[in-house]
Amino acid sequence: MDILIQNLLNALQWGSFYALIALGYTLVYGVLLLINFAHGDVFMVGAYIAFFVATFFLGFVDLSPWLTLALTVPLTMLLTAGVGVTLERVAYRPLRRKGAHRLYVVITALMCGLMLENSNLALLGASRKKFPELLDKVIYTWGNVSVTNLKLIVIFTAIAVFILLEFIVTRTKIGMAMRGISYDKFAIPLMGIPIDNVIVFTFVLGSGMAGLAGLLFAMSYPILEPYMGALIGWKAFIAAVVGGIGDIRGAFLGGFLLGFIEVGVVALFPSTYRDLFAFSILLMILWIKPTGIFGVAKTTKI
Amino acid sequence: MSLLSIDGLTQRFGGLQAVSDFNIELEEGSLTSLIGPNGAGKTTIFNLISGFYQPTEGVITFDGTPTSNMKPHQVTSLGVARTFQNIRLWHDMTVMDNIRIAQHYRMGYGVLDAIMRTKNYYLREKEIERISTELLEFMDLREYAEELPTNLPYGLQRRVEIARAMSIQPKLLLLDEPAAGLNSSDVDGLITLIKWIHDEFDITILMIEHQMKVVMSLCSWIKCIDFGTTIDEGPPEHIQSSETVIKAYLGDDSI
Amino acid sequence: MQKYSFNFGIWGMALIVIALSQFGALDLYIQSVIMFIGINVILSSSLNVVNGYMGEFSCGHAGFMCVGAYVSSILSVIFFSQNAIFGAPILPPELAIIGFPIVVIISGLVAGLTGLIVAIPSFKTRGDYLAIITIAANYMVISAIENVDVIGGSRGFMGMRKVVNAMTDVIDLPWMMIWVILGTYMSIWMIRRFVSSTYGKGIMAVSQDEVAAEIMSVNTNKMKMAAFMLSSGLAGVAGALFAHVLGYVNPQSFNIMKSTECLVMVYLGGMGSMGGAVLSAILFTVMLELLRFIIPAIDTGLHIINVLPDSYHLSQVWKWVLIPLTLILLMQFRPEGLMGNKELPKLFPGLKKFYKFK
Repeated sequence: MDILIQNLLNALQWGSFYALIALGYTLVYGVLLLINFAHGDVFMVGAYIAFFVATFFLGFVDLSPWLTLALTVPLTMLLTAGVGVTLERVAYRPLRRKGAHRLYVVITALMCGLMLENSNLALLGASRKKFPELLDKVIYTWGNVSVTNLKLIVIFTAIAVFILLEFIVTRTKIGMAMRGISYDKFAIPLMGIPIDNVIVFTFVLGSGMAGLAGLLFAMSYPILEPYMGALIGWKAFIAAVVGGIGDIRGAFLGGFLLGFIEVGVVALFPSTYRDLFAFSILLMILWIKPTGIFGVAKTTKI
Repeated sequence: MSLLSIDGLTQRFGGLQAVSDFNIELEEGSLTSLIGPNGAGKTTIFNLISGFYQPTEGVITFDGTPTSNMKPHQVTSLGVARTFQNIRLWHDMTVMDNIRIAQHYRMGYGVLDAIMRTKNYYLREKEIERISTELLEFMDLREYAEELPTNLPYGLQRRVEIARAMSIQPKLLLLDEPAAGLNSSDVDGLITLIKWIHDEFDITILMIEHQMKVVMSLCSWIKCIDFGTTIDEGPPEHIQSSETVIKAYLGDDSI
Repeated sequence: MQKYSFNFGIWGMALIVIALSQFGALDLYIQSVIMFIGINVILSSSLNVVNGYMGEFSCGHAGFMCVGAYVSSILSVIFFSQNAIFGAPILPPELAIIGFPIVVIISGLVAGLTGLIVAIPSFKTRGDYLAIITIAANYMVISAIENVDVIGGSRGFMGMRKVVNAMTDVIDLPWMMIWVILGTYMSIWMIRRFVSSTYGKGIMAVSQDEVAAEIMSVNTNKMKMAAFMLSSGLAGVAGALFAHVLGYVNPQSFNIMKSTECLVMVYLGGMGSMGGAVLSAILFTVMLELLRFIIPAIDTGLHIINVLPDSYHLSQVWKWVLIPLTLILLMQFRPEGLMGNKELPKLFPGLKKFYKFK
C-alpha cells in the first residue's frame, strides 16, 4: 500500500513534467497544425537558462536562495519564451508566408531542435552542469510514505498551469482567436484579428511553460546535459497525441497517463522494459481511438 | 429485375436523421434524377449507394448483390461509378493517369508483376492504355491527355471527371450535380454529353441536379426528396405541376 | 541506343569503382564513403515511397533498418561463422558468397513484415497520428532488441566481419562494395518500376485524394500495405548492408536520430521525386564527410586570425550545428526541396536523349 502511494506520487511528478511539455506541443499544434519538434529542446534550453540565471544571482549577486528562486522563475519563463518566439520568427514564419508544404515546416522544426542541442554541446562542452540548490529540502512523511516539498510543488504547478491555460483558451478573447485560427487560417485576418500576434502569443505560452518545466526538472534532477530534452520531448509529444493533440485537457491527461504507465512498468518489470511497454500501450490506445482520447474524428465531406 | 433497388434506407448521424425510409427501383437503362432543396439528403444517398457510409437501416441491392456492407472500392468494382459535387480529380497527375488509375479494380496484376514486369503486366497495361485512349477520344479529351487537371477550365474538369467515372465501365453512373458551376453554353454541352453517354453506352444514370433545364430535358423519372424522405415522384410533367415540390422549394405561402 | 547510355554509364562507373577498390587505388575511407552513399540512397528512396509518393509522415524508418540489420547479422553469423553464442557455422563459410544475398533478401522480407505494425494502423489513422505510431514503432524495435540479451542487448552484436572475410577468402574481390552497389541498383529499380506502373500509381492517388481513390475502385488499404511493406523492406535491406559494412551493430545507431537523417534526405530532395531522393542522399552523405575536414580547417583559420580563444577548438560537434543550419537556410530558399515533385528530365529536358524514363 505504501509502495503504491509512493509510486503514485512519482507518477504524478513525472506526469507533471510530461504534461507541462506536452502543453507546448498541443498549443502550437492547435493553432498552426504544426508539430513543433524543437519543443523538447526548448525545454532543455529552459533548464540551462534557469541554471545560468540561478548561478548568476546566487554566485555573482549573492542573493539568498529564496530571492533567487523568486527571480529565476519569471526570468526563465521570459527568456525561454524569447527562444521559442525567435524560432517562430526566424524559421517558421517565412516558410508559412511562402506557403511551403506543412511537412517542410515540420522538418525545419526538427532541424532547429538539432541545432539547439548541438550548439549547446559545442559551446558548453559535454561536461554536465550541476544545478544549484534553491530550496531547502523538506521531507514530509506519513507512515512509510515520504514526499519532498519539491515534488508537491511540481504537481501543484502543473495543475495550476492547466487551470490557467484552460481559462485563457476557453474564456478570453485571445484564446478564442487561437481556436479560430485552427479552424480557418484565411478567414481570421479578414475578421480583423492580427494573426501573427496570436501566433506569437501561442509560442510565448508554450515556450514559457517549457521553461518552467525545465526549471522544475533541473531542481528535481539537478544534472543538466544537452540531450536531456530529446527523449523527454519525444515522449511528451507522444503523450500529447495520445491525449488528442490540439486539446489542452488531452495534453494533461496524456502526460499523466504516460507518467503512470512508466512508473507502473518500472515498479513491476526491470526498468529496461520501460520504453517498450510504454510505447506498446500508447500504440494500443491509438489503435483503438485513432485520434486520441479527446481528439475529435475529422469527418470527410464529399 | 431492376438494376439498383433500395429498400427502407435510413441513415442517422447522431441525432440527425439524414435519410429516412428511402426507397428506389432503377430499371436498367433508365435516366432518373433526384431533386430537392439543399441539405435534403441527396448526396448522403449517393454516399450510401457508393459504400462510403454504412446505412443505419435498410438494404441496397445492386445487380442482385446486396452492397450495404461493402467497401467503396468493392461497390465500384461491381459497376457503380460516381462523380463528386466538388470536383475531386487527382490534381497532380495527368488526365491520362486519372483515367488509368480509375481502372484499378480490373488491373489484373499485382505488386510482383509490376516489379518484375511480367508478360501479364505488359498485356494488362496495354489493354488499359487502349481503353483509356479510346475513352478520351470518345469524350473529346484526346488533346488534354498529358495536361494536369488543375490547368484545365472548370467545364473541362467536369468532363474529365465524367470520363474518369466512365473508365470504370459502369452499369450505373451516379452524377452529383454535374452542372454546378457551369455557364449556360457549358450546360448545353453537358446535356448533349449525358444524353450521348446514356444512349451510346447503354448506362443507367442517376443524378442529383438543381438546374431544372438539365433535369427536365434528360430525365424520364424524377424523385423529389426533402428532409430525407421522398415527397413526390413522377415524370417531369408531373413534378413541374406538383404542389408539394413547389412548397418544398419555395415554402408555404398560405400564411 | 543512345537512350540507354545512362544505364551503361552507371554500370561502367560501378565497374570502375569496383576495379579501383580491388587494386587498392581507392583507400578504405573513400570506399566506405561510397558504400554509405549507396546505403543512404536506398534509405532515402525507400522512405520516399511512403513520405513522398503516398504523402504520409513516417518518422521511424530507422526502426525497420534495425530489424534488417539484426536479422541479417544473426543469420549470417549463425550460418557462416564461428561464434561464442551460436557455436560452429551451420554451413561452410565458403558458401557465404551465395548465402549472403539470400540472407539480405530474408532480412528485407522480415523488415517488410515488421512494417505491418505501421501499415495496419494506417488503415484507420492518418497524418500526425500515424507519425506517432511510426515513432513509437521505432522506439519499440530498439527497446525490444536492447532487452534480448542473447544478441548482445544494448551492447550490440558483432561477428559479421568474419563472414565478409570468408567471402574474400574464396574469391578476392571487394565483396561489400559489390553487394552495396547491387543492392542500391536493385532497390531503385524496384521502386521505379513499382511507382511507374498504373497499379503503383494508386499510392499517389491515395496521397492526392484518398476518398476519390477509394471510390474510384483503388483498394486503399491494400495500397497502403504495399507501400509500407515495400518501404520498410528496402530499409531492412539497407540495414543488412549497413551491418555488414560496419561489421558491428548497436541498437542505438538506429534511433530516432537515424530516422531524422532519412527524413532530411527525403525532404531535401523533394517529396515524390526519385531523382531528388537519390541526389539528396549523395549530397547529404558527401556533405557529412566533407565537414569532417572542413571543420578543422575553419578551426585553424579562426585561430590564425585570432577570433577564437586559444583554449577553445571547434570540435566535430559543430557538424551537427552546421548541417541543420544549412538545411534551414535551404528550406527558406527552396521550400519544396531541391527538385520539388519533379523528376530530372522535367528540369533538364536534354537528359531525355540519354535515358529512357518510364
